[in-house]
Amino acid sequence: MTQRPVLDVRDLQKRYPGVVAVDGVSFSITEGTCFGLLGPNGAGKTTTVEIMEGITTPTAGEVRYRGAPRDKRFREEIGIQFQTTALQDFLTVKETLELFHRLYEHTANLNEIVAVCALEELLVRDNRKLSGGQRQRLLLALALLNDPKVLFLDEPTTGLDPQSRRNFWQLIERIKQHKKTIVLTTHYMEEAYRLCDQIIIMDHGKIIAEGSPAELLAEHFDETILQLPVEDFTAPVDRFPFTVLQGNGCVEMSIRDVDEAIQQLQQHGISLQRLEIRPRTLDDLFLELTGKELRP
Amino acid sequence: MIRRFLAILHARNMEFLRDRSSLSWNLLVPILLVLGMAWIFWEDDRPLFKVAILDQSQQLDREAHPFLSTRHIHFYTVQHKQEALHKVSRHQIDMLIKLDGTRTYWINEDSPKGYILEKMLLGSGGAPLNKAAVSGSAVRYIDWLLPGILGMNMMFSCMFGVGFVVVRYRKNGFLKRLNATPLRAVEFLSAQIASRLVITLTSVAVVFWGMGAFLDIRMDGSYLLLFMVAVLGAVSIIALALVATSRVSSEELASGLLNFLGWPMMLLSGVWFSMEGTNEFLQAIAQLLPLTHVLEAARAIMIDGYGWAHIAENVIVLGVMGAVFMGLGAVLFKWRADS
Repeated sequence: MTQRPVLDVRDLQKRYPGVVAVDGVSFSITEGTCFGLLGPNGAGKTTTVEIMEGITTPTAGEVRYRGAPRDKRFREEIGIQFQTTALQDFLTVKETLELFHRLYEHTANLNEIVAVCALEELLVRDNRKLSGGQRQRLLLALALLNDPKVLFLDEPTTGLDPQSRRNFWQLIERIKQHKKTIVLTTHYMEEAYRLCDQIIIMDHGKIIAEGSPAELLAEHFDETILQLPVEDFTAPVDRFPFTVLQGNGCVEMSIRDVDEAIQQLQQHGISLQRLEIRPRTLDDLFLELTGKELRP
Repeated sequence: MIRRFLAILHARNMEFLRDRSSLSWNLLVPILLVLGMAWIFWEDDRPLFKVAILDQSQQLDREAHPFLSTRHIHFYTVQHKQEALHKVSRHQIDMLIKLDGTRTYWINEDSPKGYILEKMLLGSGGAPLNKAAVSGSAVRYIDWLLPGILGMNMMFSCMFGVGFVVVRYRKNGFLKRLNATPLRAVEFLSAQIASRLVITLTSVAVVFWGMGAFLDIRMDGSYLLLFMVAVLGAVSIIALALVATSRVSSEELASGLLNFLGWPMMLLSGVWFSMEGTNEFLQAIAQLLPLTHVLEAARAIMIDGYGWAHIAENVIVLGVMGAVFMGLGAVLFKWRADS
């Protein structure tokens, strides 16, 4: 049985003078899933999400919530973590949480939110003295205060160090266990691969691919990547029956049969001591689809 | 709704109280300003030097009497005799002259300016005028000035205290975050007005009673009425600032707009000097400014001891201004800097 979409986006357009930020985008999001919007800066993903949130008005198209136009109930049932949000100065973490807690009719237990977002040690700290990761955890907590059914996260880990990013992913995974629908924008492919059940990849305001990360990779790639440091690759590249590319001090080989490729490399006296085998990633997919690097 | 309003109100108050630079600006500067002005004018307890001509036509005919050609005296026409006589009694007008019918002049026997003007009138030639005396103690300039200083302090506190905060919130995205909650514009704006109202009235009250310790402040009327005027005045000025900054996300532009509104109030609303006898157009402009009505009502209460009936017009105007500005502010209000 097909699950009904919690959010249905139809023919969305957003035009600014001289710019088409979103150009006829349509997709549906199933309840309880994590849905990712991927794309480089300027792809239109934040504009799309802000239209879905009701923060930005579309030039054309519509967004339906549980099959109907969005209303006051929608505003009460969503949580939003913006890409950048300033908080009120001179308030502590606890006071900020209490402020937003009181703005909703239906609320989650504040102590539980504090625990989920690991804010116990930070409650009396001034907002302005939080680190990047701590601040993102507070912003996530604010987005959860009304116990939302749909959680919008707009590039929540941008600017965080790798450790903080991984900690944040663990928080999101914990929230996913509560069957909340999550709409996530990101330009970190690893993040999307780890968290998202379904993704769309956007560029120039249009969707250029959609599906689950595994489906997309299977659909576009049947090859594996072998990597060697360029100094180890001592044979001429035209001796091999597969594609060999050089860049960033590495040689990359796209191959279908790993055993056969390794055999051929050994025949040419190439050392395999530093050989790395990696599967295709969403970064590769984006490069394949657009010819551009996905990272900003 | 009340819960959301109180939440925003509490948060804004906390932010203000913990921002020491802002707190000291709001309390210390006005006190220093009043002390400075009091020091400057302490020895110079001068009455206002004006001669009013009672004339229904409002046309000053300088040919009507040689005295009216005397240089360095400000002659102007008035229509309401009782009001003018009251001002003579308060030394706000030095002499009142009526040149039609029974030709009469009024001076306050206790006024040195009135005495000098009488000598000048008698020595100027022309038809003799009947003399009528008016009695009443003079209004010291500091008594007249103090409501102006308090009003000006209140005006700038209301204008910039709210205007800049809202612009900052809009610019840094805090308003956008609030917009993602069920909070409505009118709830947010009401909380901002209430917060600034509490801060401003506390500040004005501290200055008022603080000044009372240094100066013999004249207060002939009702404190309750004065409080009501202050509340309505502050609300209307805060709401005006919210209208001015309802769509602005640049501090520079906000500063320009707030100054554009604030300076005319400081100059035309009668903070430093009475607009009595000045250009009619300017007087008409002054009537459009909320501070004018605050000061007219406050002086009527504090200096003349007038009651509700006398200040009703000012109070109604302030109430209407507050409601209109608040409504406009809510309609024009923009949550985001980039929409």
